[in-house]
Amino acid sequence: MKASDIPRVGSLGLRTRRARTALTALGIAIGIAAMVAVVGISSSSRADLLAQLDQLGTNLLQVQPGNDAFGQTVNLPASAPGMIRRIAPVQSAAATRTVAATVRRTDKIPSGQSGGIAVVATEPQLLDTIGGRLSAGRFLNDATTRYPAVVLGSQAASRLGISDLAGNPVVYIGGHWFEVVGILDPIPLAADLDRSVLIGYDIAKQLFGIDDAPSTVRVRTDPDQVESVRAVLAATTNPQQPGNVSVTRPSDALAAKAATDKSLTALLLGLGAVALVVGGVGIGNVMVISVLERRTEIGLRRALGATKGNVRVQFLVEAVLLALLGGVTGAALGSAITAIYARNQGWTISIPSAALGAGVGLSLALGALAGIYPAVRAARLAPAEAIHPA
Amino acid sequence: MTIAAPTERHAVLELDGVVKEYPGTPPVRALDGVDFRVTTGELVAVMGPSGSGKSTLLNMIGALDRPTDGDVRIGGRTVAGLPDKQLSRLRAESIGFVFQQFHLLDALDALENVATALLYRNVAPNERRRRAALALEQVGLGHRAHHRPPQLSGGERQRVAIARAIVGDPAVVLADEPTGNLDSRTGNDVIDLVRELHRAGSTIVVITHDASIAASMPRVVQLRDGRIESDRSAVPA
Repeated sequence: MKASDIPRVGSLGLRTRRARTALTALGIAIGIAAMVAVVGISSSSRADLLAQLDQLGTNLLQVQPGNDAFGQTVNLPASAPGMIRRIAPVQSAAATRTVAATVRRTDKIPSGQSGGIAVVATEPQLLDTIGGRLSAGRFLNDATTRYPAVVLGSQAASRLGISDLAGNPVVYIGGHWFEVVGILDPIPLAADLDRSVLIGYDIAKQLFGIDDAPSTVRVRTDPDQVESVRAVLAATTNPQQPGNVSVTRPSDALAAKAATDKSLTALLLGLGAVALVVGGVGIGNVMVISVLERRTEIGLRRALGATKGNVRVQFLVEAVLLALLGGVTGAALGSAITAIYARNQGWTISIPSAALGAGVGLSLALGALAGIYPAVRAARLAPAEAIHPA
Repeated sequence: MTIAAPTERHAVLELDGVVKEYPGTPPVRALDGVDFRVTTGELVAVMGPSGSGKSTLLNMIGALDRPTDGDVRIGGRTVAGLPDKQLSRLRAESIGFVFQQFHLLDALDALENVATALLYRNVAPNERRRRAALALEQVGLGHRAHHRPPQLSGGERQRVAIARAIVGDPAVVLADEPTGNLDSRTGNDVIDLVRELHRAGSTIVVITHDASIAASMPRVVQLRDGRIESDRSAVPA
């Protein structure tokens, strides 16, 4: 038998019994599909987080006061925003200051039921610095920071029951009515602002008596100089006590999220592997039965001059092709599952080609392993006994 | 049509004192010292009741099994001691089988079934098909080449099997009860085809228990209890 004849001869049994072939290959297909889908989905989710990071930028830094020697939190020096803006690679910086006041939909609601919404005084530059967008209205500007105007974070807006600016809604902040001028979209790199309402520094000073010392300064830097800015930020913010300043990069949290979920992925991969092994046993089982059923075919081929080796190769190739069929189907199925899931989540689809290759390679190896015993049995049949049914 | 002159004839099959025992308690001696010789161009019927050792003899002269004792030579080559690879090659090149149950592969059409006989002789696929088509023409089934066995009648299937046996131009064709699964009319047609092939020069051994078939053959070997009881050649008509 020529090598080029092997695939045709080896696939003959599969072509003859199509339903059995499909069902047997299904076992392997499910295992491979599960593994490819697990890898594909976790990789798509990671790719999505990284794409988000890319879009949000990793050049946003956040400066907050640390604890002093007595464990007390002291606000940043009032001079901090100006000093920070003087660092050359800083593109923009915006200070915010938490205001000890509650926000309510109306004055009829008791002050205890403020819904956990923080009131934050801010500078107009905040929006550009954090890369925020408005779902309605406008952000605070130099004019409106002096008046009782408020911009709602996305979660704060939904808790207050305000989804748009129709009817000029107002909210009740610390005993004063504020007009809602804008509502923010969710801000991934400043999730705390989603649960806040933002008012101008000037009006906050006037109504609530806060000083100029900010509680947070957010800094957008040249993307290539993030680390060098980070290195000097503490000393710039508070030259007397740089140790009292904490500098963080909010995008680090997202990056960390991308790296987690490894243990769950491993567990699911293990389950897929179990399915795969069961599929492999199924192939071995079906091949043993096939050899019993096809005694006369084996006898005939031996009579026509097939060597033991020819028969062995035929059945081994059949098992491998069966597994390969399952593997390729499974890889396609797993990719489809990944694509559908990723699309539903709004992710970019990412299926590592290594996972596809490993899936198909694994099924090949499994098929070869499962086919050895039946193939050896087929080859061992004595031609005279195989051809004359007893 | 040319028939080789007697002086050119040489032995295709030679069995000398062949014994075949199957293990058991006590061991079964299926062949008990058989001497048998077939020369090129012969048409021989091997007859005998069931249990006489016909099948065992077929296994011996078809190189499907090795003798316990004695010597089997096919085309001058001794079977005993040949490793599987060479024994298989001997079958592929020197012997064409025709079986009672036809043993065609249902998944393949007639042409592919015939071509399968050349698969293990390392003949290229196109050449296999070309020669298979010729062999099918020879048995009168050129028009059924692309039918699968289930679509063919019993007689047609046996013709396909005969085409498969002769496609490789073997030294000897072994037909084991070729009419056993056929009604008497199609059986006669098949025997006519066998005789036709014989006239065209093929060496053929027909194993049968049908006396009327044996009677129509130029040479009849009678087997009983693992021994050759008689070996008669008819006076040429």
